[in-house]
Amino acid sequence: METIILFAPLVGALLCGFGWKFIGEKAAQWTATSMLFLSAILSWVVFLTFDASAHVNGSYTVNLLRWIESGTLSTDWAIKMDRLTAIMLIVITTVSALVHLYSFGYMAHDENFKEGESYRPRFFAYLSFFTFAMLMLVTADNLVQMFFGWEGVGVASYLLIGFYYKKPTANAAAIKAFVVNRVGDFGFALGIFALYLVTDSIKFDDIFAAIPDLQDHTITFMWREWNTLNLIAFLLFIGAMGKSAQLFLHTWLPDAMEGPTPVSALIHAATMVTAGVFLVCRMSPLMEYAPTATSFIVFLGATTAFFAATVGLVQNDIKRVIAYSTCSQLGYMFVAAGLGVYSVAMFHLLTHAFFKAMLFLGAGSVIHAMHHEQDMRNYGGLRHKIPKTFWMMMIGTLAITGVGIPLLYVGFPVGFAGFVSKDAIIESAYAGTNGGYAFWMLVVAALMTSFYSWRLMFLTFYGTPRGDAHTHDHAHESPTIMLVPLYVLALGAIFSGMVWYGSFFSSNDKVGKFFGVPYAEASEHSGEGDHSAADDHAAEEGDHTKAHYNLVGAPGEGAIHNSPDNHVLNDAHEVPVWVKLAPFFAMLAGLGLAYQMYIRRPDWPAKLAAQQAPLYQFLLNKWYFDEIYNFIFIKPALALGRLLWKRGDTDTIDGGINGIAMGIIPFFTRLAGRAQSGYIFSYVFAMVLGIAVLLTWMTLFGGAN
Amino acid sequence: MGNILSLTTFLPLLGAVILALFLRGDDADAQRNAKWVALVTTVVTFICSLFILTNFDPNNTGFQMVESRDWLLGLQYKMGVDGISILFVMLTTFLMPLVIAACWTVETRVKEYMIAFLVLETLMLGVFLALDLVLFYLFFEAGLIPMFLIIGIWGGKNRIYASFKFFLYTFLGSVLMLVAMVAMFADAGTTDIPTLMTHTFGTENFNVLGVQIVGGMQTLLWLAFFASFAVKMPMWPVHTWLPDAHVQAPTAGSVVLAAILLKMGGYGFLRFSLPMFPVGSEVMGPLVLWLSAIAIVYTSLVALVQDDMKKLIAYSSVAHMGYVTMGIFAVNQQGIDGAIFQMISHGFISGALFLCVGVIYDRMHTREIDAYGGLVNRMPAYALIFMFFTMANVGLPGTSGFVGEFLTLMGIFQVNTWIAVFATSGVILSAAYALWLYRRVVMGDLIKESLKTISDMTTRERAIFAPLVVMTLLLGVYPALVLDIIGPSVAALVDNYDTALATFEAATQFASN
Repeated sequence: METIILFAPLVGALLCGFGWKFIGEKAAQWTATSMLFLSAILSWVVFLTFDASAHVNGSYTVNLLRWIESGTLSTDWAIKMDRLTAIMLIVITTVSALVHLYSFGYMAHDENFKEGESYRPRFFAYLSFFTFAMLMLVTADNLVQMFFGWEGVGVASYLLIGFYYKKPTANAAAIKAFVVNRVGDFGFALGIFALYLVTDSIKFDDIFAAIPDLQDHTITFMWREWNTLNLIAFLLFIGAMGKSAQLFLHTWLPDAMEGPTPVSALIHAATMVTAGVFLVCRMSPLMEYAPTATSFIVFLGATTAFFAATVGLVQNDIKRVIAYSTCSQLGYMFVAAGLGVYSVAMFHLLTHAFFKAMLFLGAGSVIHAMHHEQDMRNYGGLRHKIPKTFWMMMIGTLAITGVGIPLLYVGFPVGFAGFVSKDAIIESAYAGTNGGYAFWMLVVAALMTSFYSWRLMFLTFYGTPRGDAHTHDHAHESPTIMLVPLYVLALGAIFSGMVWYGSFFSSNDKVGKFFGVPYAEASEHSGEGDHSAADDHAAEEGDHTKAHYNLVGAPGEGAIHNSPDNHVLNDAHEVPVWVKLAPFFAMLAGLGLAYQMYIRRPDWPAKLAAQQAPLYQFLLNKWYFDEIYNFIFIKPALALGRLLWKRGDTDTIDGGINGIAMGIIPFFTRLAGRAQSGYIFSYVFAMVLGIAVLLTWMTLFGGAN
Repeated sequence: MGNILSLTTFLPLLGAVILALFLRGDDADAQRNAKWVALVTTVVTFICSLFILTNFDPNNTGFQMVESRDWLLGLQYKMGVDGISILFVMLTTFLMPLVIAACWTVETRVKEYMIAFLVLETLMLGVFLALDLVLFYLFFEAGLIPMFLIIGIWGGKNRIYASFKFFLYTFLGSVLMLVAMVAMFADAGTTDIPTLMTHTFGTENFNVLGVQIVGGMQTLLWLAFFASFAVKMPMWPVHTWLPDAHVQAPTAGSVVLAAILLKMGGYGFLRFSLPMFPVGSEVMGPLVLWLSAIAIVYTSLVALVQDDMKKLIAYSSVAHMGYVTMGIFAVNQQGIDGAIFQMISHGFISGALFLCVGVIYDRMHTREIDAYGGLVNRMPAYALIFMFFTMANVGLPGTSGFVGEFLTLMGIFQVNTWIAVFATSGVILSAAYALWLYRRVVMGDLIKESLKTISDMTTRERAIFAPLVVMTLLLGVYPALVLDIIGPSVAALVDNYDTALATFEAATQFASN
């Protein structure tokens, strides 16, 4: 069954991509889509029936084929199935299947292609191929297969961003995405090499088993000795930064919006960009013993969450707002993963996949309605034109901004998906950093999330129509085939938080059971002093914090690992009440501010922008990252290339080394000019002469020994 | 089948002789016949080589199917194959029919062209199979002549300059190798390669012109061979002949040059430098590693700014050969496995890339990148193939390009992390130059008037690419096909190397005590 889940999308991609000429466009599209639905249905079967306790270490492996084997290095194509994989399976296949369906409507007519150009099968084939690569990534039982998926999704992303190949901007964005990701892959690859060097294997099971012996181990890397685990965790995280668009390697994600909108929903919101989070969670046994690296992850995640949110405040392109929002939400996930609450990171990954895919598909529906107009300044008052899309976007917005009923607990918190999972991260951040940097960054980011999300809603659906009147008159609701995926995702955006709260965030016994990690009742740790403040509130928390459990599995036992001194999950339930309320009020503040600026006083934004021009420009230009990179990387690289070519190759090497030869060439050329074959004979003669010398030497001194 | 190796080696020569003696005239019929004779000859040669492959026992790390007989002047004619050489033989015989098919549209001096390629095939096979120094040298040097002619007669505008540059560089390197061979014979008293591999050349330090040579004679011999192989690879900074040669060579010539001739350098390192001069290799190894790292970064940067397609791919070849030399002189299983794998894989990929250039050169007669743009609109099949090999060239996992790069990098990481970091940064640059090339040539709207009538690939062209696509994918997904064959021989090579070094170190310690 796992094999079918994995290969159905590949079969679909091949049949669709190469077979459409024989079976027709429509049939090809349906082939790819039905393969994906098959894969999705089986994934849910696997997810719901997966019982971690039924397998050794909560996982099992299906070997498919030998892969790279060299000396002690041995890699197989394999499917590793555990809870982490199962979660990713449903996320990937569900969103992908829905996006396939949605694309029937969205890609039906595309102005970027002339009449008669067959672009649809190509699009579906790419989507299916992407899904296959992504599934390879999450089912890998070793780092190299993961790397295969990692780069495979990169290629699929490259192809899909550049799908409108006639647009120069799309082509540039595609290359940028691939190359920036390669920077991340550079770190990832070095991490793999280092792991092989110290553990003699790249299989997860072997690596995890070797981790306990590697604490305090050091390795020489470039100019100094490093703590091995910190170094490796850091290198792997560079890979994650690239794929998940974290600060410094985030520049490709907003540009990736050049691709068709269904692509943005699938790849650049729900699945591929979360691969970095998945990697950190997958490597949890390593991360747990790399405190310096994980501190960095927390810091960078929090900073990204903040940075991306600030940029999202002022963007005018509807897709770019959502793109920066994605970037910011990924920062949240990394904070959770860096703090060691991997289940919470996966929780947000899951809920975010639903509501963010939904927001993108909703935005796609708006764009579809508005004849590919993407500038929100030209929207306005659309809620009556496209009511169904409006309500779906509303659900998505309620989910991402984190609307719910704070402090109410009926076996689970009551609220939209984002409310449950985001608050879980913020509470963990408070507990994990003692109310430090990450916590405050995330709360501020929550405020801004609420602001830009509502700004998007208000600008698009409320107020008076702006921009081209003709376009507004002809704005139309999307066809059913595009709305159905939205309805399905809406279910996820509303309920997924509440349904899976217990499995991901409630208490370690439930989490441990879900992820197949052994757990045990904790020895009393609240007497250690630093938790005493929290304990005052523990009584108010109700029954779910009665007993403390800790995850006690050895590295590799179960899908995630916690070191013995990792109590963040338990502590997160014992944070002060104001911490639990903070994101809620941040959300209200953002909503209020957006309402004030875009409903009550729509003249404010322009005034504010004029008044704070430098700040506005700074944000509008995304902190000038692109300009800086262009200045310090791209231009120097090209200049250096030209310098090495002209001054190095042409002048120095050619001019110098074969300067002597240059003197001879004209002589030979003259010969060549006279008789076509003259120079051949001179060469043959030289060679024969050489051999003659050799032979003579041997005949004369043959008995040297 | 006692002389299967000789049979395979000289079959192409037989074809050339038949062409030379029996084919008369230069009309269309004669031209067609010449091509068919060449094609049939190379295909039969490939089939013969399959017998070598099926008879080959990977677990036997010695030479197999050895043929040895007395030759003139008391010399030995000796051929044999082992795990290091067999795949180069297969690569050559596999590619040659495709090369012949790729020259199907040539119309000038077709008979001579075919003869040149057939002779070249014999000489290349001879290089990989010869087990005697003199025989090796003969094949190695003589191989220059047909290639020289292919560039010089069927090449582009500036072919004379390029062919002489090619000839002088490689020839000057080889002269030093010849001197070293003489010295080896003087020292060991034999030209038999298997015997020389077990012979220990002197390692006592001595002074030359006041400079102390660590590793003594071994280092000097190593350097002499290095001069020849480094040019052949080519390694930075003696690589500048390659872009010129490629630019001027006809498509089929470029394919042979990139796919097979360059591999002679790598093969030489593995056949001579490592097993015969382990101490020399150890002394000079760091130099090679740094040259490789420089080559990867330097030529990748230079590739970024090229405006001639062939030059860009030629520079990319130099960068990829950098991984090979780096892997070889990491001297561990992954490094050398990776280096051989990279050479085989690069044979398919670079060959295919030069063929890709050839496809549009045949139509537009220019290699200027700026002359193209938007080809995907009229050439979807071409766009697909070119995309595939571009991705293979940047080392995408799942293609053969990945396995070689990955293994060599993994090998070098165990030896020197600085080199590993520099070399790994090559994966970023390669993505940049390869995708940018692809974008400028294939992507975009088709606006240039001259391209409006360009036609997609013909059946013949597709048929040439098909086997290359299959091999690139097959080796990427199931690299055991290669690694199983070379693994034991590489392991033995590394073992012997380590043993020789250990003996040497024990001896020097003993001496210093």
